[in-house]
Amino acid sequence: MRPFAYVKPADIEAAVRVAATEPGAKFLGGGTNLVDLMREGIERPDTVVDVTGLPLDTVTELPGGGLRVGALVRNSVLAADRRVRARYPVLSQALLAGASAQLRNMATVGGNLLQRTRCPYFYDGAAACNKREPGSGCDALDGFNRGHAILGVSESCIATHPSDMCVALAALDAVVEVRGPDGTRRVPLTDLHRLPGGTPEIETDLARGELVTAVELPPIAAASRYRKVRDRASYAFALVSVAAALQVRDGEITEIRLALGGVAPKPWRAREAERVLLGGPADEAAFRRAAEAELAQATLRPGNAFKAGLATATIAATLRELSTGEDLR
Amino acid sequence: MSTKYAEAAPQAATKYVGRAVDRLDAKAKTTGEARFAAEHPYPDLAHAALVHATVARGRVTAVDTARARAVRGVIDVLTHENAPAMKPAPKPSLFNLSSLVSGTTVNYLATDEVYWNGQPVAVVVAETPEAARYAASLVRPSYEEWPAVVDFAAEEPNAVPQKSNPMRESGADKGDARAALATAPVSVDLRFSTPPQNHNAIEPHATTAVWDGDRLTVHEATQNIAWTRKHLALRFGVPERGVRVLSPYVGGGFGGKGSVWAGTLLAVLAARATGRPVRLALTREGVYHTVGGRTPSTQRVALGADAQGRLSALIHTSVSRTARAGGGPEPVTSASRHLYASPNIHLSDSTVRLDLVPNTFMRAPGEAIGTFALESAMDELSWELGMDPIELRMRNEPERNPVGGQRFAHRMLREAYAVGAERFGWRERDPRAGAMRDGRWLVGMGVATAYHPAWLMAASVTMRLGADGTVVVRCGLQEMGMGAATAQAQIAADEMGVPLESVRMEYGDSDLPPSPGAGGSAQTASVAAGVLAAGAKLKRSVHALARRLPGSPLRGRRLEELTPRDGGLFHAGGGQTYAEILAGAGRDHVEAVVKASMPAFVVRTLRDRRRLMRAASGAQFCEVRVDPDTFEVRVSRWVGVFDVGTVINATTAASQLRGGIVMGIGAALSEQTLIDHRTGRIVNPSLAEYHVPVHADVPRIDVHYLDEPDPTMPLGLLGVGEVGITGAAAAVANAVRHATGKRVLDLPITLDKLL
Repeated sequence: MRPFAYVKPADIEAAVRVAATEPGAKFLGGGTNLVDLMREGIERPDTVVDVTGLPLDTVTELPGGGLRVGALVRNSVLAADRRVRARYPVLSQALLAGASAQLRNMATVGGNLLQRTRCPYFYDGAAACNKREPGSGCDALDGFNRGHAILGVSESCIATHPSDMCVALAALDAVVEVRGPDGTRRVPLTDLHRLPGGTPEIETDLARGELVTAVELPPIAAASRYRKVRDRASYAFALVSVAAALQVRDGEITEIRLALGGVAPKPWRAREAERVLLGGPADEAAFRRAAEAELAQATLRPGNAFKAGLATATIAATLRELSTGEDLR
Repeated sequence: MSTKYAEAAPQAATKYVGRAVDRLDAKAKTTGEARFAAEHPYPDLAHAALVHATVARGRVTAVDTARARAVRGVIDVLTHENAPAMKPAPKPSLFNLSSLVSGTTVNYLATDEVYWNGQPVAVVVAETPEAARYAASLVRPSYEEWPAVVDFAAEEPNAVPQKSNPMRESGADKGDARAALATAPVSVDLRFSTPPQNHNAIEPHATTAVWDGDRLTVHEATQNIAWTRKHLALRFGVPERGVRVLSPYVGGGFGGKGSVWAGTLLAVLAARATGRPVRLALTREGVYHTVGGRTPSTQRVALGADAQGRLSALIHTSVSRTARAGGGPEPVTSASRHLYASPNIHLSDSTVRLDLVPNTFMRAPGEAIGTFALESAMDELSWELGMDPIELRMRNEPERNPVGGQRFAHRMLREAYAVGAERFGWRERDPRAGAMRDGRWLVGMGVATAYHPAWLMAASVTMRLGADGTVVVRCGLQEMGMGAATAQAQIAADEMGVPLESVRMEYGDSDLPPSPGAGGSAQTASVAAGVLAAGAKLKRSVHALARRLPGSPLRGRRLEELTPRDGGLFHAGGGQTYAEILAGAGRDHVEAVVKASMPAFVVRTLRDRRRLMRAASGAQFCEVRVDPDTFEVRVSRWVGVFDVGTVINATTAASQLRGGIVMGIGAALSEQTLIDHRTGRIVNPSLAEYHVPVHADVPRIDVHYLDEPDPTMPLGLLGVGEVGITGAAAAVANAVRHATGKRVLDLPITLDKLL
């Protein structure tokens, strides 16, 4: 492994200060993604700022019934939290659908937000990848792209964001709390990640030195679900995933939240589908119409064209389950 | 010959054979005491890492090693410009069997030529593995690129027929299959494809190499100890007797460790160049780039039948691949020689050569993918006929081998299907497609036949009986985790009539009498033949001693009247323990040596194959659940009933069969090596992206065996290593067909092919 400096700051201010002043600094949480990428020579930090000693590992109540989740809460702890399971089942289910038990025991909420794509061309130093090496091209465009994105893509990059947790957070209108050299700011999760455009190497809205400190979950009344479709029963990234929350009153949809994973470079809030559904009937035809409206903007390639149909089917199935209380599995 | 073993068998009471005996090495492995190839400490040990080519074909014009050499702890960077030369790989020849153990023909670091994307072009040796790997990432080769042929699908039309050889026939023509197909009242004609697959043994390939002058010691993860030794002696120009290969523990082989690959050669080379003991443990990615896997294939199966389902035509053709730098043709249509009585049969296998890492053995090479096509086509024919797929198979069960007319030494497919149907509940199957449900899930049930030819090779075995009644069995057999040594200890204990605790196995070492490599599901039977012969010799020697002892109750008794039991030789009226006999004779041990003869093996094999067909077989029953929205397929139930002759160890045999089925489920649903058609580069060289089945993909697997000895095999046993994977992918595909009405011809059956 390439040599690097390792520091473990005693408090948040020190962590932010080090990261803001040391060029090439990276925060280390559970290390489940960063360390892998360092071994592969893709991430090359000069300074690793280990933040796991910071007091950011609790889940606390917010006034009004929401929850504040510290950035260092482990994925397995969050998934098992009684309040999360009761109020935000979509989040607990998404967390448990990700990775393996061992990885979830290590992975942190903050790290999960910032995990990087699993595009195989990103991982292979011999391949062209604009995200890894800006300007080198994208081998995925005409290569193996069965797992790649169909929404929000550019000619520079079609990689997906791999997180399950983030898809649930996108549906839940979560807000990310960020501490930087200039103080604290709050960013809606759906604004945290950027689309690739011509600069796929810039993946988030975070400035140098900014540290994710917490994620806030506003209260939600609607029932919610996470559905992940993948190539094997466990330990695989989503081909398509759906995080949904639905409330129906008198046959009319009064609340709808829909987010998609596995289809876009960021956790994809399906606003167009929501618009089609809100105030309308909760039936199969409406679900499909809404899904198709969302996917009308998809950019399909021979390898990943199936994702449009798969996403439509998965959205319809998830909403059907939520509307009828049927157990999807 | 053909009945010899059956006569020998009843002599020994089967006290251990057939039982579920714990592995002899279970404790060493679970406590971590067992040292694998990359776990042997040496003072002054150095670590090596490979630099892989990033072009598919061409030559290395220069290698910039300056940055790598500047890394602290780097000892040397070896390239074609400075490495000591190895001798070239020998041409493959049946007269020099160790030549067949070359994974590739490349003379690493003695050539600037690049044969595939991923070929090692430099080796870094450093004080730590971390320094070696980091420095390897800094080595910058420059290339002159040449045109490369890497796209199997594009090259497939240019395939040339495989050559047949007496040990492995390729192609067959019986009657006129094309004409019969054209006039058959019912027929199917299907084109299948299967993807390349890579090896993923839990232990990546590893070597620790130590030179002492011209003497070489290699701790190696291999399933071919004796030939690896010969091969290394040849490549490094040193006497074979000075080369020692140690491989007592191997973390899975599956064929991937049956040949000598780059990592082994380059570890030995690096040790020689640096004068240090060198360990080279491949990364997972390194395994993908330097060790071959299963060939992809395209296959055509066409079947013609009358309205009653009796086959009139069977056509099975295949195209698979080898490489410019080696690899062997796969007998893809092999099972079609043996499974169905058809008066007209046409079989042919063709091959293309690509600029990719050469293919190699992978659990049931040929049969694993060939049975997918044949057994899918039989299933499809049953749909055409509206006939139960088991009934269709039974109507075409042959009396003699369909190609060649040999007698079957043992054939119990009817019994396997009958038992399997009962255990599985086949009667509950609604024959209509898409008619069965479990809640929302679509349910499907499928069957397929498993078939793998049985081989018997020749092993040398020394057996030594000590004055304390202990038995030491010495044989350089390969223990890759499947329980090979335990099975032989059970056989030896029964043969000598001693407690299992009194048997000590010495194995996994080239200084021991040589065993054939662990391949072709032949090791247990081959070594058993040696153990039985050594045991018989040993008993004769002991008997001869006893007959000369004054007052021995064995005096005047012929050996045939005696039973080995309770640590000695006994008849109804009495007997003597081995300890008593050896003490009486003043001997501290008696030894029996059985030497294998390779020419005799070849002659016997060729003779047997003309008149006798031996195989392990079975019936695979699979149930799947298919999500009606997303078409995710999950295997929910499995029953496999096998005819594998006598089972030696109930636990380890069942594990072998079950493991084969798990690998078959992977082949059916998820496993495939992705090779970029532009660059020839493997795109998914990791366990995250190459999807082997995980626990959640594997249901409880009910493995049952018929336990009827094959009279032509030692102790009546047939190998269990490979038959489990055969037919497995077809059983899944047939169950999916039943659940959804959709026939997927192209493995793996991912949901996008069903949407």
